[in-house]
Amino acid sequence: MRLLLFIICCILTLQACTSGSQNKKLPILGEREAVETQVKGKTVVDTIYQTVAPFSYLNQDSVRVSNSDFDGRIYVADFFFTSCNTICPQMHRNMLKVYEKFKGNPQVKILSHSIDAKYDVPSRLKKYAGKLGIEGNQWEFVHGSSDSIYNVSAKNYLVAAYEDKTDPQGFVHQGWFILVDKNKHLRGAYDGTKADQVELMINDMQILLDEQGGDAK
Amino acid sequence: MRNRVLYILFTVACLCIFIQACQSEQEITYARYYVNGKGLYEKYCQNCHAPDGSGLKNLYPPLTDTVYMKDNLGKLACIVKYGLNDTITIGGQVYDSKMPATTELTDIDVTQILVYIGNSFGNKLGTFDMKEVSSQVKECR
Repeated sequence: MRLLLFIICCILTLQACTSGSQNKKLPILGEREAVETQVKGKTVVDTIYQTVAPFSYLNQDSVRVSNSDFDGRIYVADFFFTSCNTICPQMHRNMLKVYEKFKGNPQVKILSHSIDAKYDVPSRLKKYAGKLGIEGNQWEFVHGSSDSIYNVSAKNYLVAAYEDKTDPQGFVHQGWFILVDKNKHLRGAYDGTKADQVELMINDMQILLDEQGGDAK
Repeated sequence: MRNRVLYILFTVACLCIFIQACQSEQEITYARYYVNGKGLYEKYCQNCHAPDGSGLKNLYPPLTDTVYMKDNLGKLACIVKYGLNDTITIGGQVYDSKMPATTELTDIDVTQILVYIGNSFGNKLGTFDMKEVSSQVKECR
């Protein structure tokens, strides 16, 4: 009798655990604004969440890549430069795990912005991608003017990236991986230099795909 | 007679302790270099060469190739301190990314890093002598 009770307890606990993780919903990050609208004579408050503003860059194949290439897809954005030997190798060592995990999945993309516009021209990005073993355009390495990249990092993705003459490498940037959903809302920020954070992000990406699986365009 | 035996035993015991003390002194130096080297590796090398010395794909070479290490024993100190601007081939793979210099490393730092790398990731190069490393570093340029 006691044993039976114990087993039932165990099963219940286990179930509680699994259903808990299945129901996990990712928060929407960034600025938000409450907007009042009139619907059928009643005042309704809607929340407008921050979305990634339109962008347009050249990728490693010198092909123009814009926000519309990410429509109906979830993606991870980060900031790096090819000659960086501090956090970038760690970030991309971890990002490779994400790439391997979702390779060939048309609903998932990766967007790496180079913050070194002078040096990292598309041909250099192509070489870098090749050495990492990246083929195709699921993982985009993009080149844009410094101003637009620094602007995008701060405003779109809330990541600090800028030139700093006092830094030995000339740049200051953070190693965040920003998870963006199909509606271009920010859904997560993970420290790209830490393997366990990236592991968490891979889980969250699956959760996001499950949540948004229906409205793929 | 008994005294003599005791005397010999005592001498032998002393000698044994002496030799062991010497050996362990070397071992302690090695262990100290290795531990300090690990810390320095984490600070200066690990970002590119990975915690397990596997490098990063074809971008940064692995440190696991024992043949390259052995063949280039005399160059290793210079590579650690002044980086590498050459194209090298390791395990049939060509690597041409520039390795930056880390000139702030002192001779003892370089020695400790070499002891760590030289005895990790499958390498078994034994200990490195700081005087030798110093003389190699002087000849680098």
